[in-house]
Amino acid sequence: MSIETISLSGRKVQVSNKEMTFLERLYLVAIVKGLLITLKHLFSRKVTIQYPEQVRTMSPVYRGQHMLKRDEQGRENCTACGLCALSCPAEAITMKAAERKANEKHLYREEKYAEIYEINMLRCIFCGLCEEACPKDAIYLTTSKVLVPSSYEREDFIFGKDKLVMPLEMAMKNAQLNNAN
Amino acid sequence: MIHIPDFAHASTVQIIFCFLAFITLLTAFLAIFSRNPIHSALYLVISFFSIAGHYLLLNSQFLAIVHVIVYSGAIMILFLFTIMLMNLNKQNEVHKPRITRLGAIVSFCLICIVLIMIFINSKPIEGEYIATGEDYQSINVLGRVLLNEYMVPFEFASILLLTAMIGVVLLSKKEKTEK
Amino acid sequence: MDSTIIIEKSVIILVVFAITMVMAMYSTLAERKIAAWLQDRVGPNRAGKGGILQPLADGLKLFSKEEFEPDTPNRFLFFTGPAIAMSTALMTSAVIPWGDKFHLFGRDIILQASNIDNALLYIFAILSIGVYGIMIGGWASNNKFSLMGAVRAGSQMVSYEIAMGLSMIALLMMTGTLSLREISLQQEGMQWNVFYQPLSFLIFLICSFAETNRTPFDLAECESELIGGYHTEYSSMKMGFYLFAEYASMFISSTILAVLFFGGYNYPGISWAVENWGVNIANLIGIGVLFAKICFFIFFYMWVRWTIPRFRYDQLMNLGWKILIPLSIVNIMITGIVILRHEIAVFLGF
Repeated sequence: MSIETISLSGRKVQVSNKEMTFLERLYLVAIVKGLLITLKHLFSRKVTIQYPEQVRTMSPVYRGQHMLKRDEQGRENCTACGLCALSCPAEAITMKAAERKANEKHLYREEKYAEIYEINMLRCIFCGLCEEACPKDAIYLTTSKVLVPSSYEREDFIFGKDKLVMPLEMAMKNAQLNNAN
Repeated sequence: MIHIPDFAHASTVQIIFCFLAFITLLTAFLAIFSRNPIHSALYLVISFFSIAGHYLLLNSQFLAIVHVIVYSGAIMILFLFTIMLMNLNKQNEVHKPRITRLGAIVSFCLICIVLIMIFINSKPIEGEYIATGEDYQSINVLGRVLLNEYMVPFEFASILLLTAMIGVVLLSKKEKTEK
Repeated sequence: MDSTIIIEKSVIILVVFAITMVMAMYSTLAERKIAAWLQDRVGPNRAGKGGILQPLADGLKLFSKEEFEPDTPNRFLFFTGPAIAMSTALMTSAVIPWGDKFHLFGRDIILQASNIDNALLYIFAILSIGVYGIMIGGWASNNKFSLMGAVRAGSQMVSYEIAMGLSMIALLMMTGTLSLREISLQQEGMQWNVFYQPLSFLIFLICSFAETNRTPFDLAECESELIGGYHTEYSSMKMGFYLFAEYASMFISSTILAVLFFGGYNYPGISWAVENWGVNIANLIGIGVLFAKICFFIFFYMWVRWTIPRFRYDQLMNLGWKILIPLSIVNIMITGIVILRHEIAVFLGF
């Protein structure tokens, strides 16, 4: 089988430059055919999604805004090990670790925690490597399903812990769900 | 000699006529005097329109409409077209020799004298229009007259147009370069 | 002339003017909707129910836009361009018979602003003036793209007017009159001219696409080459006038197509309706039928727009001069032979 005759898709058409017949050169038939094709589209199902009212379902592996998780008791998982910052190809993550005080046991799960945890959302490429690197299941891109909101200032895109840490109510709800199961 | 109409008792037709005549002459003069060739072409268009108005006043609807179609609609468009494409500037305005200008002035004066003499000596036609009972606004009547009584001149006009067309085709055709 | 005629005619003129405006307004919506539907989209649907108020929103937007003027030595001509385009687009509707006659208040009211003898010639005259709006506006913009658009529009419209007129002659040989009312009356019931003059209809249709500067012949404003063509420099409501004029002339040329070839207000069984339901009701149906035909042609304009790609300029000129004009002359000859077939038979001795 020579290379000219191979058709992987099975739809290969040999282009020919043969003389058109008189009827073809009038183009009237072709025009009517084209009109019929567009007419068919007039009655076909519309693909538009009316955005604010209708939202396309997100895929399960969608990676959105990062979230620093809390455990069932509402304590932060993050131990400020720095593996996420190390794995980040875009150098978007910085953090500063601090030691947990005795009266902070209900806030942080481990003895060490992130005092400052910042992600530059302008640098982040949402690859999810931080999520994979995290040994404590602290950072997740997939669970939030939130888009990073737009803003006018560059400073607004450096997200601190106030925007990243999972809200307490959500953690409580998760805990209830886990107990129910 | 020259009858000056009484404006206080002028009829509507007379007022319209005066208005149209004023516009026709004004725009015709402006067409000559304006520096910008496009402006003169546009003045000429307005002049043609007012002439169509004159035809309407003379009760010849057909002629008025055909005048608009042929002169304002086709010929002047082509005029405008050429002027727009020619890119006429002040720099490449053709300077005519002085003798030509002098000749033009002299011949214009002569024509003026002749025309004025004609106007002074001609007598206005006194008398009523003869009512034939036929409506010459209607194309039916006009066509019948053109193709019966004036058949030969009508056909000659078409032959003239054909000749002009063939001539233009010949002129515009590129000559084949011989090897 | 008694005053009732003046009142009657002015009412007709006002109504026709209003209808033309409304139709042009809603053609803009229809254009966007049909474009969307043909491309499997939904189209504008936020202003009002199903987007019914979209034309108002568009108009409001155009009115409130910043008025921008290019640095042109011909400010007056710059204003005149859209004005001429708009007025010529609206003037044509004066001679169109919108219906037969109503019998009201003991008198016959003919639904036509002016029943002149030369109605068809009048339409051609107005069409030929229509180029001025584009040419003057394009030239006064002081911009090369505008000038190119204007020159293209001018040459295109002048060339296609010839083919249009010649295709009309074949029809006129059959009807024997230029009055649109008489042409409508002749096509009573189903005797529509399109069945007798299909070739003439085809040529006229193609030419009316070219005359209204619609795709596939919208070379005067083709965006890919000339930005916006003759209205590149226009903004705000002056731009709106050009757009509006395009839609108004589309409406008018659809009307002319319907009246000349598709029987105007005639529908099968009109005489039966007149006998059984009276003149007025039959006539009302007639007006509805005419508007249905007009709407179909407006739809056809838009349908073709989203089907056929734009012509190249030399193709356009070839089509006009080398195909349509000879074709319409052949059509005239065929029509002449058919009309004079008995005389020819006698002459040849059959």
